[in-house]
Amino acid sequence: MTVLEKATPIPAGRREWSEPVKRNLGLVGVLIAILAVGAITRPDLFLDLDWLWRNELLILTQASAIGVITVGMTFVMIGGGIDLSVGALVALTSVWCTTVATQQFGSLGMIFTAVVVGVIAGSLNGVLIAYGRLVPFIATLAMLVAARGLAQMISGKLTQRVDVANQFINQLSFNKILGIPALVLIMLAVGVLGWILLNRTTFGRRTFAIGGNPEAARLAGINIRRHLVLLYALSGLCCGIAAIIVVSLSSAGAADHGDLYELDAIAAAIIGGTALSGGRGTIVGSLLGVVIFKGITNLFIVNNLEQEYQLIVKGAIIVAAVLIQQFRVSSLRRRTSG
Amino acid sequence: MRGTAAEVVLELQGIVKDFPGVRALDGVDLEVRAGEVHCLLGQNGAGKSTLIKVLSGAHRPDAGRIMWLGEEVSFARPQAAMRAGIATIYQELDLVEGLSVADNVFLGREPAGLGFVHRGRMREAARGVLTRLGHGEIPVDREVAKLPSAAKQIVSMARALSMDARLLIMDEPSAVLAHDEVANLFRVIRELTAQGIAVIYISHRLEEIRDIGDRVTVLKDGRTSAANLDAKGTPTRELVSKMTGRTIEYVFPPRPDHSPGAELLAVEGLSLAGEFHDVSLKVHAGEIVGIAGLVGSGRSELLETIYGARRAGAGTVRVAGQELRPGDVRAAVRQGLGMAPEERKSQALVLDDPVYRNITLATFGRFASAGFTSHGRERTAAVRIADELQVRPPGVERPVRTLSGGNQQKVVVGRWLLGGTRLLLLDEPTRGVDVGARAELYEVIRRLVADGVGILLVSSEVPEVLGLADRVLVMREGRLIHEAEASTLDEHTVLDMVMAGSLLETENAV
Repeated sequence: MTVLEKATPIPAGRREWSEPVKRNLGLVGVLIAILAVGAITRPDLFLDLDWLWRNELLILTQASAIGVITVGMTFVMIGGGIDLSVGALVALTSVWCTTVATQQFGSLGMIFTAVVVGVIAGSLNGVLIAYGRLVPFIATLAMLVAARGLAQMISGKLTQRVDVANQFINQLSFNKILGIPALVLIMLAVGVLGWILLNRTTFGRRTFAIGGNPEAARLAGINIRRHLVLLYALSGLCCGIAAIIVVSLSSAGAADHGDLYELDAIAAAIIGGTALSGGRGTIVGSLLGVVIFKGITNLFIVNNLEQEYQLIVKGAIIVAAVLIQQFRVSSLRRRTSG
Repeated sequence: MRGTAAEVVLELQGIVKDFPGVRALDGVDLEVRAGEVHCLLGQNGAGKSTLIKVLSGAHRPDAGRIMWLGEEVSFARPQAAMRAGIATIYQELDLVEGLSVADNVFLGREPAGLGFVHRGRMREAARGVLTRLGHGEIPVDREVAKLPSAAKQIVSMARALSMDARLLIMDEPSAVLAHDEVANLFRVIRELTAQGIAVIYISHRLEEIRDIGDRVTVLKDGRTSAANLDAKGTPTRELVSKMTGRTIEYVFPPRPDHSPGAELLAVEGLSLAGEFHDVSLKVHAGEIVGIAGLVGSGRSELLETIYGARRAGAGTVRVAGQELRPGDVRAAVRQGLGMAPEERKSQALVLDDPVYRNITLATFGRFASAGFTSHGRERTAAVRIADELQVRPPGVERPVRTLSGGNQQKVVVGRWLLGGTRLLLLDEPTRGVDVGARAELYEVIRRLVADGVGILLVSSEVPEVLGLADRVLVMREGRLIHEAEASTLDEHTVLDMVMAGSLLETENAV
C-alpha cells in the first residue's frame, strides 16, 4: 500500500498524542496533585501505604454509582443531549427493585427489575425527545419530577430494607475480588464496555456523528430518531445498574436515593472534556472527572474541613476545566486553519 | 419623475476586495444620487453581496475609495455605516422576533431616562415612523414574530428611517413577498425617495427594476460592466448582455462522446406546497441534467424532496424503477442516491472530525463486522478516495474544518463515491470554491459520469449548468418551464428565461 504510506506520513517514534489523550493525561495530573496535597496536609495518613490503599479503594467505591451513571451521561451528551433524570431514575429503580413483591424473586430478580425499569424509563425519555420533538432538557426534567414522585408513591416514602434472604445484594458491597471491591469492578466493567461501545462500534460512530452535526448525519442516511431512543435507554440502563450499587451500599431502596446525582454526573463529564454541544467526549475523561470529585471530597474529610468549602472548590474546578477547554480549542483552530 | 441633477450622495471608485483564493470585487464603480432608486444587477457571484457588505461596513475594501456625502470614508464596523446614515435591509431581516414592533424599531436606541425606557414615547415615535411609511395600521405593540413577512420588512425600513438613514440598501426585498405586497413595497420606496432618501435596490427580476428603478449599474465578475443605464429605457437584451459573457475562465473538461444509459431517476408530478409544483424529470445513467434557476425558484427544495429530506405533497420518485418512500432519506441512500447539499458546512460535514471520518460518514457500517467498526479498513478506503480526488492538503487525519471549500466539497462527493452511489444530487457544488478547485471538481464530476453515475445538478451560475450538463431544465417560481439539450442553448437565452420570463406573469398579476 504505497498510497497509504505516501498520503499519511507518520514520523516513526514521534507519534503525537491526540487532543483527548493529552487532556486525560492532564486529569491524571490533577489526581496526582490531589494525592500530593493529601501527602502534604496529612503525611501521617497519606504516607502510610496500607491506609492509602484502603482510602483509594474507598474513594473508588464511593465513586462507583456516579461513575456508572456518568458513562451513560457521556453517551447522551456526546450525542448532543442531556439527561437530567438520572438521579430520579436511580431512586425509582432502587424502590422498584426492593418492593416486597420484587424481592420474592431473589437477588437476580431484583437486578433484572432494576435494569428493565431503567431501560424503559430511559426509552420513554428517548421517545419523547426523538418522536415528540421535546428538547432533552425539558423531557428529562419532566422525567426527573415524575420518576421521583412515582418512587415516593411506590415506597410510601418509606425506606425499603433488602430482605436477609437476598444475601447476594447485601454482600455485593462487601465482596472483593483479588482485593478490589466488587462495586469498583462493576464500575470498571461498565467503563470498559462503554469505551468499546463508543470507540469501536457503529453505535459509537453514530453517536459522535449525530452530536457533531445532526443534519449531516441525517443526510448521510443515519437513523437519528432510533439512535436517540437507544442513547437515552442506555442512560436508563446505567441508572438501573447504579441503583443496584446504591441499594447494596445502603441495604435499602428509597425514594431519596440518587439525590442530585445528575449534577455530579454532568459536572464529571464536563470536567472530562465532554462538550455540552455534543460531538466530543471520552469515557476515560468522564470517569477521571468522577474520581477527581470524590478525591476532593475525601481530601476535605481527612482534613476535617467543612462541606461548604468543598462545594466552592468543586464549582471552581468545573469553571476552570471549561475555560481551559475553550482556550485549547480556540488556539487549536487558530493553529490549524487558514 | 425625479430631478436628474440631484446631489450625488455616494460614489465608489475602483473598489477591490480579496478573499483567500478569490477576488470578489475587482474594481467596482458606483454613483448614487439623492432621491433615486439605483438598481444593482448581476448574476450570482458577480459580487453584489460583497459590495453590500463593503457599503454596510461588514467588510473593508482592499483598495478603492468610498465617497459619502462628498467626503472619503472608511467604515470599520456596521455601526459606523449606520451612524453615517447608511442602512441595510438584508434578506434575512435582522429583527428580534420575540420583541414588539416598537421595541424593534428602536432596538439599542430606546428613548430612556435614568435607564428606564419611556415606553409611551417610544410607541408614539414608532407609530409616527410607520405612518410616514404609509403603514400606520401596523400595531406597534404586536410581537414581530406574529407579523407577515411584508410587514416585517416595513418594520425593518421603519428602523432605518428612525435612524435618519439617507441611503437604504435593499437586498432582494421582493424575494419573500407576494405580488400585491411588492406593489405596496414600491409605494413605500417612492414615499422615501420623494423625501430625498436614496435607495440601492438589488433584484434579479428585471420587471421590478423597470418599475421602481431610475438608473441601473451592472456588475460582472466583480467589476462594473455598465454604469448608470436608464432603468426604464434600456432594452432587456442589452441589460442581459452586460451580465453575460463572463471573463472568468471556466475550464470545462471536454464533453465525452457517449450516449446516456438506462433510466435511473424518474420523477413524476412531484409537488411540495409553497415550494414547487408538478415537477417531472428523468435522469439516465451517465448523464448530467442541470437545473438552472434563481435562488427561491424551488430548485434546492426539489433536490431535497427527491432525496427524501423533505416529504413531497404529491407525486412519485422512482430510482431504477423502484418507487421511493417519501420523506425517507435512508431509503433513498439504500437505492443508491447521494446528495451534496447547498450548505456544505452545516448540512454535510462534521467539521471537527477528521477527513477520513467525514468520507466514511455514510458507509462506516459497511466496513464494520458485527457492529464493530474497523478504523484500518475505513482509513484505507478513505485514503484511496482522497487520493483519487486529490484532496489537499494530504493526510486524512486532519479536521475537515481546516480544508478549503473546494476540498471540503471533494470530501462530500468522495463520501458518495465510496458508497457506490448511482445517482448524485449536487446543489451548488462550486459555491465558495476557488477557480482552480472548480476545474478539479468539474473533472471529478465528468469522471463519475463516465463511470455511469447519473447526476442532477443545480447551479445559480448559468455557464456552469451549460458547460457541464447534457440536458438543461429551467426552473422558475416552482415550475419547470423549459427543457432542452445543453448544446442548443446559450447563456443569454437561459438567463432570459430565468429572469425576464417572470415579467409576463407579474404584468398579468398587477
